[in-house]
Amino acid sequence: MSRSYKENKGSKYRRERLDRGIKARSDSIFALSSYREALYLVFPRALVIVGLLILPFVLDEYWTKVLIITCVMAILALSWDFIALAGMLSLGQALFFGIGSYLSGIMNHYMGLSPVFCIPLATMVGSAICTAMIIPVLRLRGIYFAMVTFVLPLIITSIIEMTGIFGGVEGLSALSPFPNLWVTVYFIILALFACFFGFRRLMDTDYGLALKAIRDNDQAVMSSGINIYWYKAQALFIGGAAGTFVGAFMTHHYRFVGLPAFSMDYTIFPIACTVVGGSGMFSGALFGAFILTPLGEFLRAIGTWRIVFYSFLMVAFVVVVPEGIFHYLQRKYHQFERWVKTE
Amino acid sequence: MSGMIVYGLVNSAMFVLMALGFSLTFGISGVANFAHGAFYVTGAYLTWQMVNSLGFAYPLAIALSIVITGLFGAIMYWVVLYRIRGLELSEVIATFGLGIGLIETYRSLGLSGHSYKLPKFVDGSIEILGVYIDFQRLIIIGVATLLIVSLWFFSHRSKMGLAFRGIAQDEYTALAFGIESDITAMVSLGIGCSLAAIAALVIVPLSLIQVDEGKHILILALAVGIVGGMESIVGIITASLVFGFAQIIVATYFNPHYTMIVMFAAILFVLIVKPSGLFGKFKELEERV
Repeated sequence: MSRSYKENKGSKYRRERLDRGIKARSDSIFALSSYREALYLVFPRALVIVGLLILPFVLDEYWTKVLIITCVMAILALSWDFIALAGMLSLGQALFFGIGSYLSGIMNHYMGLSPVFCIPLATMVGSAICTAMIIPVLRLRGIYFAMVTFVLPLIITSIIEMTGIFGGVEGLSALSPFPNLWVTVYFIILALFACFFGFRRLMDTDYGLALKAIRDNDQAVMSSGINIYWYKAQALFIGGAAGTFVGAFMTHHYRFVGLPAFSMDYTIFPIACTVVGGSGMFSGALFGAFILTPLGEFLRAIGTWRIVFYSFLMVAFVVVVPEGIFHYLQRKYHQFERWVKTE
Repeated sequence: MSGMIVYGLVNSAMFVLMALGFSLTFGISGVANFAHGAFYVTGAYLTWQMVNSLGFAYPLAIALSIVITGLFGAIMYWVVLYRIRGLELSEVIATFGLGIGLIETYRSLGLSGHSYKLPKFVDGSIEILGVYIDFQRLIIIGVATLLIVSLWFFSHRSKMGLAFRGIAQDEYTALAFGIESDITAMVSLGIGCSLAAIAALVIVPLSLIQVDEGKHILILALAVGIVGGMESIVGIITASLVFGFAQIIVATYFNPHYTMIVMFAAILFVLIVKPSGLFGKFKELEERV
């Protein structure tokens, strides 16, 4: 508190924060009057795009691989955030990831399809399968939905474990790789852009508005004559497709698919990213993933304590900074400060 | 056949023990404690540490760890959940994160392997209906019955129990009668976690203390709660009986691994046919559908 005051020539000054004048009506509509103001809006967006496109040139091979994982986790977090925006709290992001991984692996291993066909097919078919699995419980809200999505990946794991289908415990290995690291990294970066800007654009349309309304008050949406279950199923399919896509991608990146694809990491990590970055807008999820994943590399030394760290960090953020880092930064960016004299 | 009946009862009693704490907490405070399984492991691990590292007597260690686990639950409410009460998404994320965090902490502390086991309360076995059954399994049935009976008396006869039910039925009316909703919720979390510890202490002597039980127990508790109806003791007993016998039948005639699938089918069936569970009464339309 004391730092927001200063003394000068006997009079006291306090810091005043004001919103910049370009915000017109809401958080997403701006009134611009100069190139400088336009630049002010374009800069953060351009920074992300240009920065990500340049990064692979700057980084060495190890950190390029970290970048790939970061992008994968970012897409998974976006997928979680998208589903959450439509009012569905998923604790089973691993389901999407795992189904995508396995489908792509199966098509590649048993049918010999190349990744060019495997990945799109696995994305679409996988997401359709996941949606079909969840449709019976779509009528449920909140924690009941969360419980069922939490159980699903574990059920599939136990089925694969006991029947030994698709390689059983050992999984499928020696799958077709991507041609080289450049293709891999740019493929996932472009996918991240498509996902991020696509989701944002979608949420700005009337369709997205209906999805958000379902989250806020589903009864009101129902009484406006919208079939919310049909909308929720569509949202699941769209959000799930992002999850199955990264699953399929990782299969060919690692050239392996196995039970780890359904592991709890792929559930807890996207949620942690979104919570730390800030949920409800995709930038937060993206931001969170780009903080937490590289941080994980530095924490490699502490081994299994990593997941402990993530879990407790997530809890701390939920309780202490519920809006997330990104919302805070964004607010700061849209304000300017000046000193005013106090009486 | 008589073996199936006896072991089916034992299984059902185990399900009751696992689910009781979770559904008690949920029924009263509305908090879905996704850290329930972690508290189960906590109870067993604390006892093991007290017996093996601190050299406490076994009964003392049991009593202490039940109390300490309950305190953990209450502290969790006061420090974490109190601030985010009513925000469903945050509640689930916070308890889920705490649960995973605790479980992974134990894993990192080296909780795995055959040395982590608790002794049985009484060794030996007895013949009932032509089936040999060890005393530990009988104790499980006994403890489950005792807990159900005492919970019934607690919630129907004691002042605090009546306050609990008042909060569960209508929070605002209960507040108007001077029932403190936060204190009640804190106590309910404490009792719920203690019940998880009790379940662990009677069930774990049959095998080892395993970290992954944390997730497993949570799923079983959820399944029983969903099928039976979250806040009804009758529902929990019924669902436990269904699952307990289904498990035995599936394990005898098919493959023990199919149990999970049978359970999931039961969950789906109940959710589609009667979303509030077989005996669920409160919060029927508003919360679930």
